[in-house]
Amino acid sequence: MKRYSFAAALLAATMLGGVANAKTLVYCSEGSPEGFDPAPYTSGTTFDASAKPIYSQLVEFERGTTNVIPGLAESWDVSDDGLEYTFKLRPGVKFHTTDFFTPTRDFNADDVLFTFERQLKKDHPWNEYTAGISWEYFNAMSMPDLIKEIVKVDDMTVKFVLTRPEAPMVANLAMDFASVMSKEYADKLEADGKMDMLNQQPVGTGPFQFVAYQKDAVIRYKANPDYWDGKQPIDDLVFAITTDASVRQQKLMAGECHVAPYPNPADLEALKAASNLQVMEQEGLNVGYLAYNTQMAPFDNPKVRKALNMAINKQAILDAVFQGAGQAAKNPIPPTMWSYNNAVEDDPYDPEAAKKMLEEAGVADLSMKVWAMPVQRPYNPNARRMAELIQEDFSKVGVTVEIVSYEWGEYLERSKATDRDGAVLLGWTGDNGDPDNFLAVLLGCDGVGGANRAQWCHKPFDDMIQKAKVISDQAERTKLYEEAQMVFKEQAPWATIAHSVVFMPMSTKVTGYKMDPLGSHRFDGVDLAE
Amino acid sequence: MADTSTTAAAKPIDPRLAVLREFWFYFSENRGAVIGMWVFLFVVAIAVFADVIAPHGAIDQYRDALLKPPFWQEGADPRFLLGTDAVGRDMLSRLIYGSRFSLFVGCIVVSGALVVGVIVGLVAGYAGGRVDALIMRVMDIILAFPSLLLALALVAVLGPSLINAMIAIAIVQQPHYVRLTRAAVLSEKTKDYVVAARVAGARPLRLMFVTILPNCLSPLIVQAALSFSTAILDAAALGFLGMGAQPPTPEWGTMLAEAREFILRAWWVVTFPGVAILVTVLAINLMGDGLRDALDPKLKRS
Amino acid sequence: MQSLREMLRFLLYRIGLLVPTFIGVTIAAFGFIRILPGDPVLLMAGERGVSPERYDELMRQFGYDRPLWEQYFDFLGGIATGDLGNSLVTKKPVFDEFFTLFPATLELSICAIIFAMLLGIPAGVLAATRRGSWLDQTVMGTALVGYSMPIFWWGLLLIILFSGILQWTPVSGRVSLLYFFPPVTGFMLIDSLLSGQKGAFTSAVSHLILPTIVLGTIPLAVIARQTRSAMLEVLGEDYVRTARAKGLAPVRVIGLHALRNALIPVITTIGLQVGVLLGGAILTETIFSWPGIGKWMVDSIFRRDYPAVQGGLLMIAVVVMLVNLIVDLLYGLINPKIRY
Repeated sequence: MKRYSFAAALLAATMLGGVANAKTLVYCSEGSPEGFDPAPYTSGTTFDASAKPIYSQLVEFERGTTNVIPGLAESWDVSDDGLEYTFKLRPGVKFHTTDFFTPTRDFNADDVLFTFERQLKKDHPWNEYTAGISWEYFNAMSMPDLIKEIVKVDDMTVKFVLTRPEAPMVANLAMDFASVMSKEYADKLEADGKMDMLNQQPVGTGPFQFVAYQKDAVIRYKANPDYWDGKQPIDDLVFAITTDASVRQQKLMAGECHVAPYPNPADLEALKAASNLQVMEQEGLNVGYLAYNTQMAPFDNPKVRKALNMAINKQAILDAVFQGAGQAAKNPIPPTMWSYNNAVEDDPYDPEAAKKMLEEAGVADLSMKVWAMPVQRPYNPNARRMAELIQEDFSKVGVTVEIVSYEWGEYLERSKATDRDGAVLLGWTGDNGDPDNFLAVLLGCDGVGGANRAQWCHKPFDDMIQKAKVISDQAERTKLYEEAQMVFKEQAPWATIAHSVVFMPMSTKVTGYKMDPLGSHRFDGVDLAE
Repeated sequence: MADTSTTAAAKPIDPRLAVLREFWFYFSENRGAVIGMWVFLFVVAIAVFADVIAPHGAIDQYRDALLKPPFWQEGADPRFLLGTDAVGRDMLSRLIYGSRFSLFVGCIVVSGALVVGVIVGLVAGYAGGRVDALIMRVMDIILAFPSLLLALALVAVLGPSLINAMIAIAIVQQPHYVRLTRAAVLSEKTKDYVVAARVAGARPLRLMFVTILPNCLSPLIVQAALSFSTAILDAAALGFLGMGAQPPTPEWGTMLAEAREFILRAWWVVTFPGVAILVTVLAINLMGDGLRDALDPKLKRS
Repeated sequence: MQSLREMLRFLLYRIGLLVPTFIGVTIAAFGFIRILPGDPVLLMAGERGVSPERYDELMRQFGYDRPLWEQYFDFLGGIATGDLGNSLVTKKPVFDEFFTLFPATLELSICAIIFAMLLGIPAGVLAATRRGSWLDQTVMGTALVGYSMPIFWWGLLLIILFSGILQWTPVSGRVSLLYFFPPVTGFMLIDSLLSGQKGAFTSAVSHLILPTIVLGTIPLAVIARQTRSAMLEVLGEDYVRTARAKGLAPVRVIGLHALRNALIPVITTIGLQVGVLLGGAILTETIFSWPGIGKWMVDSIFRRDYPAVQGGLLMIAVVVMLVNLIVDLLYGLINPKIRY
């Protein structure tokens, strides 16, 4: 039945030829990287192509978990006051030897200082090494306020001095913006007057080294023979940039790539049925929500919010919007995160009761706006469709909904206003696996008029999460966060809608791939069976 | 470019009925044009009577019937002849209502571009000199950008919606009308009847609209038919790129864009809107060919 | 060719006309992106947001806090020195970005035009010589269907059929990933030959087939229709009738006399298709993940990458203007009837 195509025959012929000995893994990536220096960027697509394969960080996330394990730092100590973090660096780590750079020394403290100081210090020669470059993630994680100084204790020891205790600090250093760059390479580029090449011809200590990039088409890497954690089982790694999801799936089925992310939920059945493919799945570290404006009547009344939550048919949303690639959310943090409180009970879907509750609250003939994002996000693959479903649901309890939308940048900005009219569909994807990254950022009092789209400042809740932020005992933090989730549910500033389930279709030949709860795509430790 | 000048000046003395009869004679000689006309009338009828014909509402969702195939396939739901989409909306009803949007786009774009284009073209051709030069340079600027790219950029400025898409497309099509009208005016301006009218003391406005315009209608009508179909295609393309009508509007291009993710699983949601666009555009183009033959046998441009 | 001086004067006149148009184009390209709602800084920040202080700082860094006219003159000054600024996203010079991607679009467009000519001209000639026959009607019917085709939908159908069900052609990309060679010319067909790698060229060809068909469909229809009507006109003229009456073989009449004259308007039509092609490239490249400027422009518009959008619009307009100029001049050259 299946015809051997011209291309497939050719492919087979070449495989048998001279190239046969090299194991090449082809990944059909969803977009072009913005650059190869991860620190100036914030998108996962860029990190997949830069931070993950090319670089290492002081500490790293263990593959497939959010646990922090030693990376370029072998060990670390935290002072009792929580203000000093001292890292012992790993000896004998080599930077990549490439066509464009040959390192003469091993990795040391100078590289660490260079990595962070260029982001921290405005007068650093590398602070703006290409026109328009800036350090968005570093800033977004409030690093400039948090880091007082970085001290080189000796060649193999580095100390971070903070301005205040911050429990998630170590996890922050495992993030992509903390990818360690080579100072020696930077010095060479500076001497040659080609500083912008740092963003185009990267040199790191990671499992793969950069070979070539053809814009918007292909990125090529090869295994780093001197990787500090051992050479990778595959020899070559190729990113074939394929922006269209249907096309990616076609390529995967045709054997033109081994792994392809972000399948259309609609294609999942076909992908699972294909004999040459396997589909892995995992809950994403994200949450999609509908945030009421809790400062505007009648949404300042928790009872009204609760009633509306009960009017939403989440199952219908999961079916129609997520096509099964999602799970209903009851908490503001995803279930894969530590301290997730499974004891919380979700609001039942009950339009009758909801109607009654609205009447009791004295709300009649309510008409409201629901904001639908104009873009596709992991936590909400189709906000427009979701809004339409909510519109239908609300009409059943006598609430008229008008759907509004704005251009994405404008949407984000306008939705921050405390006098915003309407409830906003939005979501969040975790950065570092710490609950603080969800609860404090999205629901803390500091975030009102900013990332706290519900404009919700509830003293008991805020006290709990502020306390949890500064203590370093995880058991104690867990207890506080679990309690906070109870308060959240009771107060209902959001309708928690869904956590996405991320699917990863790949060829059955691929072994050892682990899905990353943080949503990145890593190919260290991955092999191809013959 | 110069051949538009020699329009067969339909003798203005003829009684209107005779002109129409003559027109129909030539038009009906072209079998394709007649078929196109019937199909077009059919689409118009569907659009007008959509409320009566459509078995369901365009945005009614049947949660129990998501992505049901059309009736001849296994697993079909007899309520939905052409199947349903991802949120359980009836494809047939959406296609029926969609015809309204496509025809609406075509009408608005053509009338907008035609009216403005003709006025600007008349002014340019009649006034000449600097006004003419300025207008033509602006048209050159518009023509220097590929029309779809320009429309895309314009919609990005105005914000994605069907109305804005129509405005953008009308602007992009403008220069063709301006150029045609101007060329016609230039060639008519020196003809005896115009000179005579002027000598007789006709005002410039009267000269432009009453004397000159009726004599350069043929190429404009042909151009209108052409841009009617282009407008539908461009609006669909913008919708496809997410910059046209916004969901849940059942505009065909937008339906295609929404349906694209189901290309492997549910062929009907991808196929039918495309067929609808193709058939409508084809019918209009067939008619356009017939119009061209009938109005001006010499005007054989594609 | 009666007078070289007249030719030259026409050339200068045409180029003179281009100057105001060019200035207008720079204003349009610059202006468009400025009046876009939303801005790149907010878009970059995403859900994480950016503080008002940081926002001002970034706007200052990009130079967007300065008066518009100052920014515009900077832009003009940049054009003069071949500097269109750096992309906000990749931080690379827009000029470089454009020329990295342009060959891909050019290659695809050239292939599409060749495809359209190879099929369109014979089809048009055939239809004209058998005017009114079923063949004529079929050819012209098909051409009209092609002309009415929503090509984004057509592309999807072809992918389903040829790549999905039949598996004859690769789904997307420019060449199989097995082949790796540095871009020399940027044209994959040439580069793959230069690389000397066995099979690279055939792979590049197989990747080109579907996009070529999709992008070539509308030009093909236009060329076929244009050829037919031009042929009909020529066939009706005296000298062809005379040639026929003299008993020359039909093939000779059609081939030598008629076609040569009929081709003049056809060539003009082909030249005028360049705008259509670049517009079609936006859709074709989006569907086939073809790394060209059409897709790049769409992405840049969506990302509010100001410098890339204004630079890209400008470069594309310049290409269109140049091609139109060349077509005009060629038309004057090959058609002695035109007077300047």
